[in-house]
Amino acid sequence: MSKKSQKFEGDPKTTGHSWDGIEEFDNPMPRWWLWTLYATIIWAVGYTIAYPAWPMINSATAGLLGWSSRAAVAEQIAAVEEGNASINAQLVEVALTSIPDNAELDTYAVSAGGAVFRTWCAQCHGSGAAGAKGYPNLLDDDWLWGGDIEAIYNTVAHGIRNEDDEDARYSEMPAFGRDEILEPEQVDQVVNYVMSLSGTPQDASMVAAGAEVYADNCVACHGEDGTGDREQGAPNLADAIWLYGGDYDSLTATVHGSRFGVMPAWTNRLTEAQIRAVSVYVHQLGGGE
Amino acid sequence: MAILDKHKILETNATLLLIFSFLVVTIGGLVQIVPLFYLENTIEEVEGMRPYSPLELTGRDIYIREGCYVCHSQMIRAMRDEVERYGHYSLAAESMYDHPFQWGSKRTGPDLARVGGRYSDEWHVDHLRDPQSVVPESVMPKYGFLERKLIGPENIDDLIETHRMVGVPYTDEMLENAAADFRAQADPESDYDAMLERYPGAQVRNFDGQPGISEADALIAYLQMLGTLVDFSTFTPDANR
Repeated sequence: MSKKSQKFEGDPKTTGHSWDGIEEFDNPMPRWWLWTLYATIIWAVGYTIAYPAWPMINSATAGLLGWSSRAAVAEQIAAVEEGNASINAQLVEVALTSIPDNAELDTYAVSAGGAVFRTWCAQCHGSGAAGAKGYPNLLDDDWLWGGDIEAIYNTVAHGIRNEDDEDARYSEMPAFGRDEILEPEQVDQVVNYVMSLSGTPQDASMVAAGAEVYADNCVACHGEDGTGDREQGAPNLADAIWLYGGDYDSLTATVHGSRFGVMPAWTNRLTEAQIRAVSVYVHQLGGGE
Repeated sequence: MAILDKHKILETNATLLLIFSFLVVTIGGLVQIVPLFYLENTIEEVEGMRPYSPLELTGRDIYIREGCYVCHSQMIRAMRDEVERYGHYSLAAESMYDHPFQWGSKRTGPDLARVGGRYSDEWHVDHLRDPQSVVPESVMPKYGFLERKLIGPENIDDLIETHRMVGVPYTDEMLENAAADFRAQADPESDYDAMLERYPGAQVRNFDGQPGISEADALIAYLQMLGTLVDFSTFTPDANR
């Protein structure tokens, strides 16, 4: 079966190796490939001279071009800031309520605010701003702390019930059940009364007694008619819009253990222009007053 | 070139080839790795970094155990889009007490290097329990079991000693008070002043809002601390980077 290797006139030289009689032609590399290799080597040497590369005693060589990733990002950010500087300055200077009158400024604020919203706010309030259980819907007319542009701005800037900002909006409903302010049956009664304000109570026979419990404990914040008080962030209980659920179980949990929704303050993370922009964005979503 | 002719010796001797290959790789490794240990600007000096508090350290272990790093990075690169989305780019100093570091290599979820303070504790509880309830488009699995698993400081001494062995500057005082500090941080009713002195900037809260210290408490304590320690008002970037 063995076949002697045949050699022809004009064959290239072999590498000189021979494994069990098998030899290998020593064809040269394609020229274009070889020259590309040499070019990349020369490029690499030049690159390490031009850019930061070689470790020395105290630090690495800085490179002739003086490039650094940190300077580069600072430059890019500065360039964008400079480009928007005049309109941002305008946004910061004018009164919040006058922004919708200036079409150019309004358009800018809404799109800049939309970008801020999708980056920083969407995780809680949803990408479409419809919120979720425990995280307010920003599309409707129901506002806990006020829905005019100034109120929205204050909420965004300082947040709600956080520990980082002294000006954060703050209020706390007592945990009527857990702290034993009310007897369990009183909690039951007042829950039924609150349900009756906007819908059907679980047990209609408790409503009358619940109204008394309500009058004694809840009126100061939620108002006599249950429409709430924005000064204290006390929700409207008569409008059938619920942050934590309006069914019997959810309301019992709320009256029993209270709720304590927290929103971060954004003054330390966002610029004044960004906070104003996102306030304008939220204000124009539909519920703004 | 006479030296190239000697190549045949290596090519025909497997053991020798292995030894020389190893040598070449070693040289490459040394050139890349060794300078990082002596260059003065490898880790820049910053104000505010401290070792993790016992509760945060426990939370960090849960973070690693659950494989959070598989989908979340903790490394904000020096690029405009990242800085605008996540905050100031990460500094080497911010992971100097991380063993191992949690930079990660893939972002199925967002970067977490500066997630601290960005959301409320309640959001974290809701989000761990059912991520889709707050972020419908999320593909994160549910971690509701964390809030049901109560934990104590049984392993904290070993954990801190291990970190001390690899160079984290935990003091004897920190080690002695580890169990107490572990409990104090999750209990706003406790006497936590000494803990705060040992771990400045630590946040004291009942993170999961439920009685007892659960794994969720530890994990949320860790997450709420991430990226909040360095005082950037005193930070000037080193130009040579």
